[in-house]
Amino acid sequence: MIDRRLLEHFDWVLLGLTFVLGGIGLLTLYSAATANVDIAGVRGLVHLKQSYWLAIGTGAMILLALFSYRWLNRLALPIYCCSIGLLVAVLFVGKEVSGSQRWLVLGPVSFQPSEVMKISLAIILARYFSDSVSERGLSLRELWKPLIWTLIPFALIVKQPDLGTSLILFLIAGTMTIFVKIERRSLLCLTAAGIAGSVVAWFFLKEYQKQRILAFLDPQGDPLGAGYHIIQSKIAVGSGLLFGKGFLKGTQNALSFLPEQHTDFIFSVLAEEWGFLGAAVVISLYMLVVVWGFSIAVRSKEPFGTILAVGLTSMIFWQAFINLAMALALLPVVGVTLPLISYGGSSVLVTMGAIGILLNISMRRFLFKE
Amino acid sequence: MNTYLHTVDSDWYRQRVAGALICILAAFLILLVRLFYLQIIEGPEFRRQSQNNCVRLQGIPPARGLIFDRDGVLLVENRPSFNVSIVPREAKNPRRVVQKLVDLLNIVPETLFARLAEARGVHSFRPVLLKRDVSRDVVAIIEAYKLDLPGIVITVEPMRHYVEGKRASHLLGYLGEISSEELKSGCFADNRIGDFIGKFGVEKAYELYFHGKRGEQQIEVNALGQLTRVLRTEEAIPGKNFYLALDIALQRKAEALLSGKVGTAVAMDPSNGHILAMASCPAFDPNAFAEGMTYESWNDLASNQFRPMENKAIQGQYPPGSTFKIVTAIAGLEEGVITEHTRLFCPGYYRYGNRTFRCWKRGGHGFMDITDALAQSCDVFFYQVGEKLGVDRLARYAEACGLGSPTGVDLDKEAKGLVPTSGWKLSRMGVPWQGGETLSVAIGQGFDLVTPIQMLSLISAVANGGTLYKPLVVSRIESSDGSLVKKEVPVPLGGLPASEETLQIISGGLRDAVNKPTGTAWIARISGVDVVGKTGTAQVVRMEKDNKEISIENIRLQHRDHAWFIAFAPAEEPRVAVAVLVEHGGHGSTEAGPIAREMIKTYLGIEGLRN
Repeated sequence: MIDRRLLEHFDWVLLGLTFVLGGIGLLTLYSAATANVDIAGVRGLVHLKQSYWLAIGTGAMILLALFSYRWLNRLALPIYCCSIGLLVAVLFVGKEVSGSQRWLVLGPVSFQPSEVMKISLAIILARYFSDSVSERGLSLRELWKPLIWTLIPFALIVKQPDLGTSLILFLIAGTMTIFVKIERRSLLCLTAAGIAGSVVAWFFLKEYQKQRILAFLDPQGDPLGAGYHIIQSKIAVGSGLLFGKGFLKGTQNALSFLPEQHTDFIFSVLAEEWGFLGAAVVISLYMLVVVWGFSIAVRSKEPFGTILAVGLTSMIFWQAFINLAMALALLPVVGVTLPLISYGGSSVLVTMGAIGILLNISMRRFLFKE
Repeated sequence: MNTYLHTVDSDWYRQRVAGALICILAAFLILLVRLFYLQIIEGPEFRRQSQNNCVRLQGIPPARGLIFDRDGVLLVENRPSFNVSIVPREAKNPRRVVQKLVDLLNIVPETLFARLAEARGVHSFRPVLLKRDVSRDVVAIIEAYKLDLPGIVITVEPMRHYVEGKRASHLLGYLGEISSEELKSGCFADNRIGDFIGKFGVEKAYELYFHGKRGEQQIEVNALGQLTRVLRTEEAIPGKNFYLALDIALQRKAEALLSGKVGTAVAMDPSNGHILAMASCPAFDPNAFAEGMTYESWNDLASNQFRPMENKAIQGQYPPGSTFKIVTAIAGLEEGVITEHTRLFCPGYYRYGNRTFRCWKRGGHGFMDITDALAQSCDVFFYQVGEKLGVDRLARYAEACGLGSPTGVDLDKEAKGLVPTSGWKLSRMGVPWQGGETLSVAIGQGFDLVTPIQMLSLISAVANGGTLYKPLVVSRIESSDGSLVKKEVPVPLGGLPASEETLQIISGGLRDAVNKPTGTAWIARISGVDVVGKTGTAQVVRMEKDNKEISIENIRLQHRDHAWFIAFAPAEEPRVAVAVLVEHGGHGSTEAGPIAREMIKTYLGIEGLRN
């Protein structure tokens, strides 16, 4: 099963980037945990838990690189259906944490099916687009299927409610669709339909959901909730200056401005302690991962691999971009994790799973000759 | 692979990827420029902010709504209270600072350390409340030793103040610290740990109106925890103000009349169900709850044998005694068992099977019609009516008169009382109903249990021509700027199961009870005003068989009868109805009657015409 050529073509660069980012994540979480000391003097243990998750994630990554990714093409529909099944299950038996029902509990571990959905959606869209791609671009008639595949999980995740993840899902589908090119007419129609759809949907939303969306669109409307986090994050990032305050020396971090400092705002902790130099390196590392992902897409010699690589890379890109832009107060606060650095089992597993598939595509690029 | 070659080639993909890469590089460039701007250009200002100060989020508790009586007399307000808190992060070593505080102020250390321990797991920059409502002297001491007490902050917060102390305490209720269960329930989304919420009475029933909306402030503080700058403020929205139906003058009178007794006196406007007074004795001081009660004083209240925490007007369940004869009379007349002219003989006793049921008047009343029987409260007359009706028919009427279910007064913990039926007894006790028990029920001495507010609703309905109104404690709710939020309109719950003629007959009998010297309620008459009323004496324990008259003083307090009096006035145009119950008061006319009489006089403003 293991072809010698596969090992020769193994993508050590991507693997290296993954571990470097994971390592930076561990260091930053350690710092965040150290600061997060409560009155009793008990320090948080998130960095330890995260190291287990990274180990499990590495396993998942290797597993997903072993078999030929073309199996994913064949199994796209079953995988998609399973993920939808899990999302439906969450609505009924999911665990509710602070007002939204996102978690499935299996014995000692709990995970978010919405995270898995990101990969499943990328796979089924890649399968469809690789068959229908053409130079003139996709017409409306060819787009209704991918539209429905996207809208079903989108609606299920909005219902949880988890606006951050549903937004990412939408962005992945959008990036893939535009990547394979669609007719200008279709693009205009879809945009118009999207606007009309949101206006209609608005009247079906519950009051609290409207409030959430309003707060999302206009954080100034909720200045002491989201606005407080933004001010704190800006102070943390800005006070890092060029060289940072040093490892474990962040004061804003120690101020514990947020319980989310080890998930959504982990980058603020990092930028405070490592300064512009450290933060710019991390941003560049993400840029490298994304550029590398696109180069894998180009080097793959068959359309499913290319489009899937673009979909998975866009997932990493959008998460990183939205999270970083939020920490830098360029975007409103929305719950999106920073891939590989933010604390969270589901997020780590799914990001490493996606990288596993990218490695898979990369090392099998020579198996398909033109 | 063929379709692939026919549609697009790898050059085409290369172009698409190149396009995507340009967008992505632009996006990362934006991030880098922003990072540069924040850290290098604006950086020094942020560094200063992070070094010299920290931004703290401080809640602004909303002022709780005020409570007025019907004429705008202030009953409940908020006064400033000085609270001592500690910000653990600034204290560095919170336990040592608290110990210093204990030494300085000479106070019991346990509670303070307990507070600190409770706050475990809470973020260390959040202030932990140590002691509420300290005196100005304590504030002065803390200010003087400020440098030795890092992290200690004094905040001024509004504290509930019940202007007249124990006055109407059961109706107004009290506040208590929100429990963790209540916080978790999700019903108090705007509340935080340490907040006080209504736990009883109006304060509880209308908590969401009283609370208002919490505001918040972003403040910058220096290393000593002193405020250096307010960054942003969102004002709190004060709670709503309440105008009760209560007439505070009548309430004062009722409480004065009840003082030293155990019982309750309630008054209602029969035309709309407004509760004009609701006194329950003994009472408690709600201020003690707002100030934070010690375990001992709470224990004293909770274990007191006279149950000061109970609102006897709505929570107390008592046998109705002779006041129940109103129900028996309605049922008898409506069912055609008797007419206005039916005359029954009372020899002073009534034989049923092999048992003898006595009338309260040993010598007997002679021949009586329904009017006389109500006026003189003849037991034998009502034994016979009850016997003819049967318990289940009687129960239907009792339920239609509002007994056996809560009146729906806007206060919680209302008891529902009990209307026994033959089915109820069989399922509850496993024994079939005995005919003799119907006779006891007919004069209110059986299994029946009623609350004073149920009897008040009943007598009000007799007064207003048959409409049972939901008792209303609150008359209107206004926002702090005076605009009307909610006006409570009278809620008719149903009609008495009685025709106009029946009610005329009953009112006539009850009028004679007060206004004829032979009536049982002669003591409650007021010259110039026709009072309509019914006494009741509810047996607590059955008296021994021997018929010797025992003077009240010789009966143990717990075994003495409860005294009832329900009435309305004036007869022609009823303006007020009252229900009085004195626990173990002995006879209804002597104990409860005068209280009702004086309350009616106060309300009608004819003080001093008699007495």
